[in-house]
Amino acid sequence: MHGPDIQWYVVLSALLFATGALGVMLRRNPLIILLSVEIMLNSANLLLIAMSRLHGGEDGQIFAISVMAVAAAEVVVGLGLIVAMGRRNVELDVDKLRTLRG
Amino acid sequence: MANFLVWVVWFVAAFACLASALAVVSFSNPFYSALALIGNLASLAVLYLLLSGVVAAGQVLVYGGAVMVMFLFVIAYLGDRQGESPWSGGPSWQVVGAILAGGAILAEVCVVVGLKAGGLLSKPQHVGRSFGSPEALGRAFLTDHLLAFEVTSIVLLVAAVGGVVLGSHARQESDARA
Repeated sequence: MHGPDIQWYVVLSALLFATGALGVMLRRNPLIILLSVEIMLNSANLLLIAMSRLHGGEDGQIFAISVMAVAAAEVVVGLGLIVAMGRRNVELDVDKLRTLRG
Repeated sequence: MANFLVWVVWFVAAFACLASALAVVSFSNPFYSALALIGNLASLAVLYLLLSGVVAAGQVLVYGGAVMVMFLFVIAYLGDRQGESPWSGGPSWQVVGAILAGGAILAEVCVVVGLKAGGLLSKPQHVGRSFGSPEALGRAFLTDHLLAFEVTSIVLLVAAVGGVVLGSHARQESDARA
């Protein structure tokens, strides 16, 4: 079984990463920003696994599984913050959260 | 014939992946964005399955299961509390700058792949039969990457404690308000 070469994976991963980065930069709803961060993490995971297969080692897959665990932790804390915002009846708009500005 | 089928599956999955990622970014309702992200994660799991079975299983279980259930639960809990009306008022300087930055990332990757790393990336693949097997991954986790394995468990523990602390603070404040 001989699938696509590594270049295809690099281009797909770059396109996914750029899409996620656009979402983080353009959207103001923190929920959608978190979803876009997930897209960026997954694009990095895809490239890690593809490179791991290119070199025939297991290290890239170990990295990818660790990234999944850290992403789950990030989602827990991010969603906790968003729920706390929702309970305080703050509007879900990251441009309007100015209290932390120094 | 098997080779051709791999290419067909790869292109279908890659197209679904990109389309659903664009849908996540462009839907105005976060609920629809989360549903599109489930499609994105499923098509990425197909791509992972072509490379390594264990990571594909982890993708479906961790992302498609746990993380997305949490997202949908929070979105349903918060309800229809829209803070933004996206894509209104024409392109601002923020939109133009973001699209320029995204294009810069793409151009950078294409330059690196096309000019600098062309020779390194086209070497023949030498993948053993045991690649991506649970046995090989478990051995790597418990020998070479034992520290990363243990630190990951601490990270998960800290995240769980942080989630509980954030939730309890929010509950005290909403009780005081009521």
